[in-house]
Amino acid sequence: MGQNNLVIETDICIIGAGHAGCEAALACARLGLKTVIFTVSVESIALMPCNPNIGGTSKGHLVKEIDALGGEMGKNIDKTFIQSKMLNLSKGPAVHSLRAQADKADYSHSMRDILENQEHLTIKQGEVCEILFEEVDGLKKVTGVKIFTGTTYKCKAIVICSGTYLNARCLCGEAITYTGPNGLQAATHLSKCLKDMGVTLRRFKTGTPARMDKRSLDFSKMEEQKGDEKIVPFSFSTNPADIQKEQVSCYLTYTNNDTHEIIRANLDRSPIYAGIIEGTGPRYCPSIEDKVVKFADKERHQVFIEPEGLYTNEVYVGGMSSSLPEDVQLKMYRTVPGMENCKIVRNAYAIEYDCLTPGLLSPSLEIKSVSGLFSAGQFNGSSGYEEAAAQGLIAGINAARKVLGKNPLILDRSEAYIGVLIDDLVTKENLEPYRMMTSRAEYRLLLRQDNADLRLRKYGYEVGLISQEQYDYILYKQSAIDAEVERLNNTFVGSGKENQKYLEELGSAPLHTATSLAELLCRPELNYDNITYFDTNRCSLSEDIIEQVCIQIKYAGYIERQSRQVASFKKMEKKLIPDDINYDDVSSLRLEARQKLKLFKPLSVGQASRISGVTPADISVLLVYLTSIGK
Amino acid sequence: MKDTIAAICTALSPSGIGKIRVSGSEAVEIVDKIFKSPGKNKLSESDTHTIHYGHIYNGKDVIDEVLVLLMKAPRTYTREDVVEIDCHGGLYVLKQVLNLLIDNGCRIAEPGEFTKRAFLNGRIDLTEAEAVMDLISSKSEMSLKNSVSILNGSLYKKISSIRSDVLYFIAKIEASLDDPEHMSLDGYEEELKEKLITINKDINYLIKSYDNGKIIKEGINTAIVGKPNVGKSSILNMILDEERAIVTDIAGTTRDTLEETVVLNGVTLNLIDTAGIHETKDSVEKIGIERSINSISKADLVIYIVDSSRELDDSDREIISLINNKKTICLVNKSDLNKVTDKEDIIKCFNNCELPLFVETSALLGTGKEQFISILSDMFFDGKISFNDEVMISNLRQINSLKESYESINRVIDSIDNEMPEDFLSIDLLSAYASLGEIIGEEVSDDLVDKIFSEFCMGK
Repeated sequence: MGQNNLVIETDICIIGAGHAGCEAALACARLGLKTVIFTVSVESIALMPCNPNIGGTSKGHLVKEIDALGGEMGKNIDKTFIQSKMLNLSKGPAVHSLRAQADKADYSHSMRDILENQEHLTIKQGEVCEILFEEVDGLKKVTGVKIFTGTTYKCKAIVICSGTYLNARCLCGEAITYTGPNGLQAATHLSKCLKDMGVTLRRFKTGTPARMDKRSLDFSKMEEQKGDEKIVPFSFSTNPADIQKEQVSCYLTYTNNDTHEIIRANLDRSPIYAGIIEGTGPRYCPSIEDKVVKFADKERHQVFIEPEGLYTNEVYVGGMSSSLPEDVQLKMYRTVPGMENCKIVRNAYAIEYDCLTPGLLSPSLEIKSVSGLFSAGQFNGSSGYEEAAAQGLIAGINAARKVLGKNPLILDRSEAYIGVLIDDLVTKENLEPYRMMTSRAEYRLLLRQDNADLRLRKYGYEVGLISQEQYDYILYKQSAIDAEVERLNNTFVGSGKENQKYLEELGSAPLHTATSLAELLCRPELNYDNITYFDTNRCSLSEDIIEQVCIQIKYAGYIERQSRQVASFKKMEKKLIPDDINYDDVSSLRLEARQKLKLFKPLSVGQASRISGVTPADISVLLVYLTSIGK
Repeated sequence: MKDTIAAICTALSPSGIGKIRVSGSEAVEIVDKIFKSPGKNKLSESDTHTIHYGHIYNGKDVIDEVLVLLMKAPRTYTREDVVEIDCHGGLYVLKQVLNLLIDNGCRIAEPGEFTKRAFLNGRIDLTEAEAVMDLISSKSEMSLKNSVSILNGSLYKKISSIRSDVLYFIAKIEASLDDPEHMSLDGYEEELKEKLITINKDINYLIKSYDNGKIIKEGINTAIVGKPNVGKSSILNMILDEERAIVTDIAGTTRDTLEETVVLNGVTLNLIDTAGIHETKDSVEKIGIERSINSISKADLVIYIVDSSRELDDSDREIISLINNKKTICLVNKSDLNKVTDKEDIIKCFNNCELPLFVETSALLGTGKEQFISILSDMFFDGKISFNDEVMISNLRQINSLKESYESINRVIDSIDNEMPEDFLSIDLLSAYASLGEIIGEEVSDDLVDKIFSEFCMGK
């Protein structure tokens, strides 16, 4: 490490410039705080070292929520996508999910451009080696960071967004390098410093497939996968008309028995099966080795060929991540139809890295034992660009609010996927990198991607990342929706001959009595457009408003049921547990419950009830105790 | 906006009188739905702290003649609206009234919940907090033990298997929602609907079985203990044979759940440890004692059989030490043979506690049966023995959960018929899964995500 006495004063330091770091840095700077973002390489800002897309099921929801709160990811992908698709369109509105293929280089440049031109924000290339802190009355509080050259940055809050860089190790068969993703320099000092501070770490693992030269592939043997005709933007601020453009295609092909034979025959050379990898990998992104071993009866697995960008020949081989040695990789890839003569540009590899152990984070994403130390992204045990960006935004907002002396922004499970994500990360002992899934959101009917703005703009506005004008639009939109729903519920259609005839033409059952427009709208074969005939007093409304009106009416029963569940959920969330509670005083708690509560230190009784090992009876006991101490 | 809870709050006794307490913001409204007084006065329009005579109705049918105590908040035990119903029609009727309350919007109270509410609403002094917490945790433990103990064996397996099927359906739907490009649900609704109809037939069958009292016996849990070769099987056959009423098996679900149930002079006994009754080859003394320990712990009554033609030995003393604090009837058997051990010898082994009642029996001569039955009915009708209230409550909870899962699955079928998208199906499937879990004492936790990953090959 370098020796120099240079000291620079700032407000907030962001460690890492991946998707979490970028959102965190932008949030802090936009809230007016002097912010420095550190990266081992300026070229790697907003790098996408794995899949070349943003969004997808439940992740698309996260991007929309980030946007509603005033984050950047949605706007950036709207500028740089090369294909766009709304997934699950045949399913209910709650699981419609937007996914866009990105031009990786363009995405990264465009985000760098935003960062470089953001007021109050400084980009600094350099490895952060130490967190500086002071200890007052046994409480640790951050004071700054020290980088490899020896320079000190004094600050009031820090956000760690170290991704997969901490003590990173990449494995490709027997070939092991101590680097971060894409051969970038790993961060080898910070882990020790954190451990010395009492911030314990564990090892996680993830992996990525090979990139190939597209000229070596035969796409005629694969199925073409086109983008949607009508492109929907991620950002609520992007005008859909501005982003309709020509799109590139992805291609689908399949593994076969030959592929699986080669993998099985070479398992002893896979670092995972040979026991060289110690980290726990995500079940969601299994390596092709894992798929073949765990689902031995599956005859084939899908392989998606996705372009890495418009100005490169590299393509991503989705579905075949691996840590097998290069010779086996080449042999196995070449068994796949269309890939017989493939040339690998970058090998598939697995990467291991340090991340936080469970129980250390509070829902504001501040590390409980060190005041002012926040963290986000893979360092917190998640996986995925969107999960990282979502946490980065919240950690950034809360770091800034801490410096400004304000209460943290904490979204709960009934308000946002971001709330579910963070609650799961801080309340559960996740044993693998955590990926967002729609099935994790118990109130998903209310947490749709289409209403993220209605749910979250107000928080973005209160925090200061959403403008008055944007907020005013939400107020208008909400009142317009309410008024239209009310009007449709109270406008009745008579059962006269002409009406019946029109319904018959639409294949809809005749009316027995006067029926409201809302009731008509609930019929599967009817929609807002084809009931115009009955609706003589209709005012013209924008498409986003009509969409909300229709969803609210068509799924009213289900929505109402979930809203009731949310009401009872909120009751328990509002019962707060004081910081200084001593669980040893609560003698009727079972031992397991007491240990878990001591570790996770839940903020509310609701959060306590979600900790595994805490039973409903323990919760009753806790409620009685809290009442007895007058809280 | 707290929910309204109900429970039987008197000890269950054969006397036929019992009290049901209802507490919560809708207590008055719910009781009004099933209670009619001759004056036609609604409880909601009556003064607080008044007593009302009338009848409980299920639709048009009169269920019981009752007295209703109306106590409006805040001067009540829980500081919520409380209605107490004094029933007169016996256990079966009590249960029916409680069921009616549940059907009309009450929930069965958790163990210790009235006290918990009384405390949380400031009715009980803060200094009592410790006691309240202990009550909740000990009652919950007891309740859990009870509901698991009455649900062993095949019934548990049956519900687990239904539950596991339901989880698979959810996992399949959720996996395809999360990874639509890898998994398709085309045509799945029809298949799912068929399977759900079958499952609901099974659940309905279980509900009916509960209603018929076939699944859980509400009787006196009776352990029959004694060392091997004291003549347990022959004496039991003698005493019980004519009246033995083995409850029929249903659909292979209950064979080892149901031990034998006999009704003697109107008193229902559940005989625990049937393995001990049908003497096995396994006559190693140690095993006999282990068995005894297990059955004694569950028992409300112990029938202890001694061979009067042999001396008491260490095994006997060990058994006696286990039953010291239990209500016991001691059968001194083989009275036709030369008597080596008598009542006095046995009493000496019981130290400083309630002594057993003695009956001399001889399987060979067929004597002692009448005396045994008369002692038994005296004990019961004097209230010296009663059965565990929690068993009945657990029973009710389980029926209730089964009914809820039945309703949830019906809603899934409705959603399929209404062509709702698949993601709506998993909402009610999840409720069914949770209700089934309540029966066997398991929570939802991370089962779903684990199931998705173990059953379906996901991801990029």
